Amino acid sequence: MRRLWIGLTYAVFGLLIVIPLARIAVGAWAEGWGGLSAAILRPHALHALGMTGLIVLIVTVLNTLFGVMLAIYLARASWLGDRLRRLVNSLVDLPFAVSPVIGGLMIVLLLGPQSVLGAFFGSLGIEIVYALPAMVLATLFITFPLMVREVLPVLQELGTQQEEAASTLGAYSWYTFWQVTWPSIRWGVIYGVVLTVARSMGEFGAVLIVSGNIMNKTQTATTLVYQDVENFNLLAANAVALVLAAVSIALLLLMEWAKTRRGH
Amino acid sequence: MHIEVTGLNKHYGDFHAVRDISFGIAKGRLIGLLGPSGGGKTSILRMLAGLETPSSGEIVFHGRKVVGLPPQERGIGFVFQNYALFKHMTVYDNIAFGLKVMKQSKALIRERVLSLVALTGLAGFEHRYPHQLSGGQRQRVAFARALAPEPQLLLLDEPFAAIDAKIRQELRSWLKETIARLGITSIFVTHDQDEAIEVADEIMIINKGRLEQKGTPWDIYKHPQTPFVASFVGESTIVEQVARLKGFESADARIGTRALIRPEYIEIGKPGEFRLASATEPAVVKQLHFRGSAWMVEAQVGELTLITYRSLEKETLHPGEEVRVLVHRAYLFNEGESWIMENGLKEDPMPVHI
Repeated sequence: MRRLWIGLTYAVFGLLIVIPLARIAVGAWAEGWGGLSAAILRPHALHALGMTGLIVLIVTVLNTLFGVMLAIYLARASWLGDRLRRLVNSLVDLPFAVSPVIGGLMIVLLLGPQSVLGAFFGSLGIEIVYALPAMVLATLFITFPLMVREVLPVLQELGTQQEEAASTLGAYSWYTFWQVTWPSIRWGVIYGVVLTVARSMGEFGAVLIVSGNIMNKTQTATTLVYQDVENFNLLAANAVALVLAAVSIALLLLMEWAKTRRGH
Repeated sequence: MHIEVTGLNKHYGDFHAVRDISFGIAKGRLIGLLGPSGGGKTSILRMLAGLETPSSGEIVFHGRKVVGLPPQERGIGFVFQNYALFKHMTVYDNIAFGLKVMKQSKALIRERVLSLVALTGLAGFEHRYPHQLSGGQRQRVAFARALAPEPQLLLLDEPFAAIDAKIRQELRSWLKETIARLGITSIFVTHDQDEAIEVADEIMIINKGRLEQKGTPWDIYKHPQTPFVASFVGESTIVEQVARLKGFESADARIGTRALIRPEYIEIGKPGEFRLASATEPAVVKQLHFRGSAWMVEAQVGELTLITYRSLEKETLHPGEEVRVLVHRAYLFNEGESWIMENGLKEDPMPVHI
């Protein structure tokens, strides 16, 4: 009985993860190294990968900054009042509950060219929807809970006493944050960054809606894969997917390595 | 540092944690805030530190009003109940923290830290992390860390609560000595009366947010001003109908009077052991408990059970034995007032003057 369950677990694991991954690798290699590199080196493919990289970079920086800040406010700012903090705390999880497509749609409705805000920015010559800003916003919306949910429990577990001790020793908040709080939440922030990078690299639905998937302009790696599949260019789709998968796996290995480091 | 507190109040929502407390503390004194858990002691300490803002009232350190000043500007040291050591820093870095904040020179920091390490008996442990230390050692690191910036006032929140009984004893006398040597005004919170009596120069009894009494341990023991203080400090038995005891017949004069009798107010012995047999009362030994240095005797006097101690040097009593009991005094109280009553029969009715 036990063997059956173990076998079943491996079967599910293989079916869901290993086989599709192997299929992508094989598909990308269908015409050897030449086909793979040709697919990736298409100018619009390079542009799409660059776009994904840029979004990942911006989103990770913003999400780290604001995620850590919000976690600190939720854990520490008693002047916000319990009720407000609980409300914000539950709102943080909203992106988990809402489909990314709907998240993207909300941004289009709010900031699209037909909306008041969109028209206002448009008159200033700033494009938001169907351009980079909305793509960053959409990805930020999707990834926002990740950092808060990593850091907040660590802060709560840590308690306020060490920070209070620092204040009685004459240290003000900035010094206390870097000397006392940061060393304790550092690993939580690192996990948060890894998760944010992985998630923003793979985001599809929200980005597809707000970007319009315009080649050489707003196309990202994931939407390019989608377009290649639509065009029956399976080799190219597999090649780009393989690049994304390779980066994700490297990232997860990095996280595992970080975990073992943490033990020391 | 001289401390003056007037009309201090603290509300947490509907809960009135500290009620109109006023007191003054002279420079260099070691004060114990004693009272049951949840009585507001820690709130008072945290308000003195600036970690909590009073709802109303004034706190003055050495002539300077400090309400509204953050903890950083109060010149205090605070030792937390669970020490709150910086867990990713070594003992050395923990102690040096306050000095680094003050941007002292490296050499000066080193000198000060090493002298504190020596003072607290932590030599050889400078490079350990808090999790590699015992409870007593952590407590001393917390103490050294609080002392490093040379505070004018040291506040300690239940400093011995998390330490084994045996080591607690050592640490208490060590702390008392060290504080006396440094001459720094100190206030510590405790719910353990032995600790307060042993360590403090002066005790403030706090109950339900009120200051019940302030005085030396001896004063408080000898002249408790409220029934709470009388029952909280020292051992005692509450007797409802004290008039039934010999020598206290007149105690009934005021309605609702109850008595608090300490074991040391009572003498117990065989009939021949008393000089003034007329003041004694017959009793039966109900139970005997060995308490290490004495026998604790439960004696049945009529319907009352009194508790007292009997020296091991005297002849041992046995349960069921008929003995005599002499109650020297009782602490009487009713709704409004409290007073001490001596046994009326203790005065020799026919003194013989030679």
